[in-house]
Amino acid sequence: MEFSFDLLWEILPQLLRATVVTIEATLAGFAISLIVGLVMVSGMRARQRWLRFLSRFAMEFLRATPLLVQVYFLFFVLPGFGITLSPFLTGVTALGLHYGAYAAEAYRAGLESVPRGQWEAAVSLNYSRLAAYRHIVLPQALPPIVPSLGNIAISMLKDTPILAAVTVTELMFVANEIGSERFQYTEPVTAAALIYLVLSLAAAPLINFIDRRLRPEETRA
Amino acid sequence: MMPMVRFENVTKRFGATVVLDAFDFEAARGEKVVLIGPSGSGKSTLLRMLMTLERIDAGMVMIDGEALWYVRDGADVEPVTQAHLHHMRAKVGMVFQHFNLFPHMTALQNVANAPRHVLGKPKAEAEALAEMLLRKVGLGDKLSSYPARLSGGQQQRVAIARAMAMEPKVMLFDEVTSALDPELVGEVLDVMRALSVERDLTMLIVTHQMGVARALADRVCFFEKGAIVEQGPPEQVIDDPVHARTQSFLRAVRLT
Ligand SMILES: Nc1ncnc2c1ncn2[C@@H]1O[C@H](COP(=O)(O)OP(=O)(O)OP(=O)(O)O)[C@@H](O)[C@H]1O
Ligand SMILES: [Mg+2]
Repeated sequence: MEFSFDLLWEILPQLLRATVVTIEATLAGFAISLIVGLVMVSGMRARQRWLRFLSRFAMEFLRATPLLVQVYFLFFVLPGFGITLSPFLTGVTALGLHYGAYAAEAYRAGLESVPRGQWEAAVSLNYSRLAAYRHIVLPQALPPIVPSLGNIAISMLKDTPILAAVTVTELMFVANEIGSERFQYTEPVTAAALIYLVLSLAAAPLINFIDRRLRPEETRA
Repeated sequence: MMPMVRFENVTKRFGATVVLDAFDFEAARGEKVVLIGPSGSGKSTLLRMLMTLERIDAGMVMIDGEALWYVRDGADVEPVTQAHLHHMRAKVGMVFQHFNLFPHMTALQNVANAPRHVLGKPKAEAEALAEMLLRKVGLGDKLSSYPARLSGGQQQRVAIARAMAMEPKVMLFDEVTSALDPELVGEVLDVMRALSVERDLTMLIVTHQMGVARALADRVCFFEKGAIVEQGPPEQVIDDPVHARTQSFLRAVRLT
């Protein structure tokens, strides 16, 4: 079998346009997952038992079922309840919910890493719960979880091909389309693999940079 | 005169462990009371209840004439509103054995943060207050140091300045010199001695160090199994105790 650089060159613009969709889906999904995670972890730490139970259940459920099933559910089942989302919105919502459960777990670990004494100091200084989170707890809880959140972003990037199942024109969808039109899969799929690789590698230094920016001065290496 | 702090018939349990049983205690406004006693006798629990870090099971705790929790004998603790808790916490400050400074803030920020974000003072005013207090505790040259770069004695002085910045009427000190190397105890004790001349500030001090008790106490209370066995001026309780239990406790402390 022969690898055609001419073909590669010809399909590159199409693939790059699809890459933009992939990046958009990852960023939007990641943003949603950060918020979903925050909501879930707040629920898990709420005073109300039922809220804690519900959040815990939602988190376990989202992590225990495949992303593909969740995408299908949003795409085919929700319209039955009168909610119809575009394929792209469906996809990023599913990504955000699925990975939100992982983000919640990361937040939880971060919050639990803040010693009790910090809360007690906050109470002794008469901070409200909200002010204690904002000024004392979160600034200490977030820096250690940046690497976990970075891993979530990269996993999410690699899971965007699942959105092809509901016709989101992301990178794998387009690569597959080109392949089936021309009976030539080698070039588009190889190119797609390389693009994912470049994106993943580019994400690492970015996460590192954020990590270093967030770390308080006194613990910087 | 109305006492600043008052425990009336207070019961406190942790599961099956009864820490305080029908406990009565009073501290006058401006009084400096030192609590000594064996480990597990409930000294920390007493302070932590005043700081609302522990609830009570029965009885009444009054601070400055107001009930901290509303508890009816035998009944459940009545719900206390968050607003009431904040109102009461404003009267009390606490310094901890392990400092509990905020590691992500400089010394100045540690002291200025609560005046700014709890009391709502403007940034410049909060920082000026913090700087003034840090100078008072001898840390004028450490304003921009992070806690990890400070010695234990310096950290504890920041913690005292941080608590004082909220202008409490009652200050609670729970073994604040116990985690320090012996040569650093003096610098913290000096700061506490300077505070103790403030006539309106009520201080409750838990310590295992008799030097600290002697230096600060108007009254020393020997505490055992959730009850005060013996109390009086330091010269009497520490140097000439009446009760056999106090005598054996003090002998044991001197040996360490
Ligand atoms: N959170 C808790 N859960 C269960 N038991 C507790 C808790 N806090 C304190 N206790 C128990 O209550 C009793 C009193 O404890 P407390 O810490 O008040 O003693 P202390 O006089 O401060 O002792 P030390 O000198 O060792 O600090 C002890 O028996 C302790 O084990
Ligand atoms: Mg104690």
